[in-house]
Amino acid sequence: MDRNADISDADPHGPDRTPRDEAPGARGSGRERLNAYMTGLALSLLLTLASFWSASTSAIYGPGVPILLAVLAIAQMGVHLVFFLHISSAPDQVNNFLALAFGIFVVGLIVFGSMLIMANLNHMMVPMDRLTQMQR
Amino acid sequence: MTVAATPIEEIPLSLRGPAPTRVLVGYGFWLFLLSDIIIFGVFFAAYAVLSGETAGGPGGPQLFERGRVLIETGCLLASSFTCGMMAIAATRRARGTTFFWALVTMALGATFLSLETIEFARMAASGAVPQRSAFLSSFFTLVGTHGLHVTTGLVWLGVMIAQIATLGFSAAVQRRLLCFTLFWHALDIVWVGVFTIVYLGAH
Repeated sequence: MDRNADISDADPHGPDRTPRDEAPGARGSGRERLNAYMTGLALSLLLTLASFWSASTSAIYGPGVPILLAVLAIAQMGVHLVFFLHISSAPDQVNNFLALAFGIFVVGLIVFGSMLIMANLNHMMVPMDRLTQMQR
Repeated sequence: MTVAATPIEEIPLSLRGPAPTRVLVGYGFWLFLLSDIIIFGVFFAAYAVLSGETAGGPGGPQLFERGRVLIETGCLLASSFTCGMMAIAATRRARGTTFFWALVTMALGATFLSLETIEFARMAASGAVPQRSAFLSSFFTLVGTHGLHVTTGLVWLGVMIAQIATLGFSAAVQRRLLCFTLFWHALDIVWVGVFTIVYLGAH
């Protein structure tokens, strides 16, 4: 079927399948699932090696390295979510997907919020040596 | 009947009736995993804020060995893959193959854990203990919590092997295996954050 060829194994409603809530490689034949895991492993190994290489090479402009590392890490987390945890935006995945979005929102709020607040606090603080002088 | 002929995707989600238990269990466990990831998010925030506060003690670049971390990462990635192979074998109800991949997963997890323990022991021997500085406190809390999760995963996998051996591939055992694979893959995602922020981000 054209439609199935398009979405391949991400389609949980293939003609011979019962309605399920899962996506790439979660269902289907062992072969399809094996392919999903192989792709996931290859991609994540590639991204890991790229991370370690870019952290230790001097070929990349220094201040750009943290940004590159962040991009590689987010890409790898995405690969893990799709190929290993089988999360997708398929209609049946709405619950899982919304929960994930909320989780990412909370984690982002905590991490960036803390960093922002603490950076501001450091900025506003009286330096420690001045503080001890004032207390005398 | 026209009702039976309606394709499932044309029936609204709310009218499809109760979801299969497998889907409900997966969703519930996914919510737990997300809350676990939020715990790690808090530890990541603490580490990000405190990573510079070494109080004159040793800092990241002196303590971390990237070669070891790369091997640890390789172990975890490979174990995620073998865990997937185990899940495929479990669906086929192939007992021997499932045991084989479960044991490979266990061996890789144990290798990761022993490498991490050696690293911690070496750091402690050189005086880099959690009490030394805020940086080391947040480091041991973050990486130690991940290690604790891996340890729990290994125990869980041992229990699952015992359950397959005694109960066979019953529906309940299959659901527990699904939860285990989700747990194991989620640990890998957390580790991606750990090696990027803690080990590669050390400057």
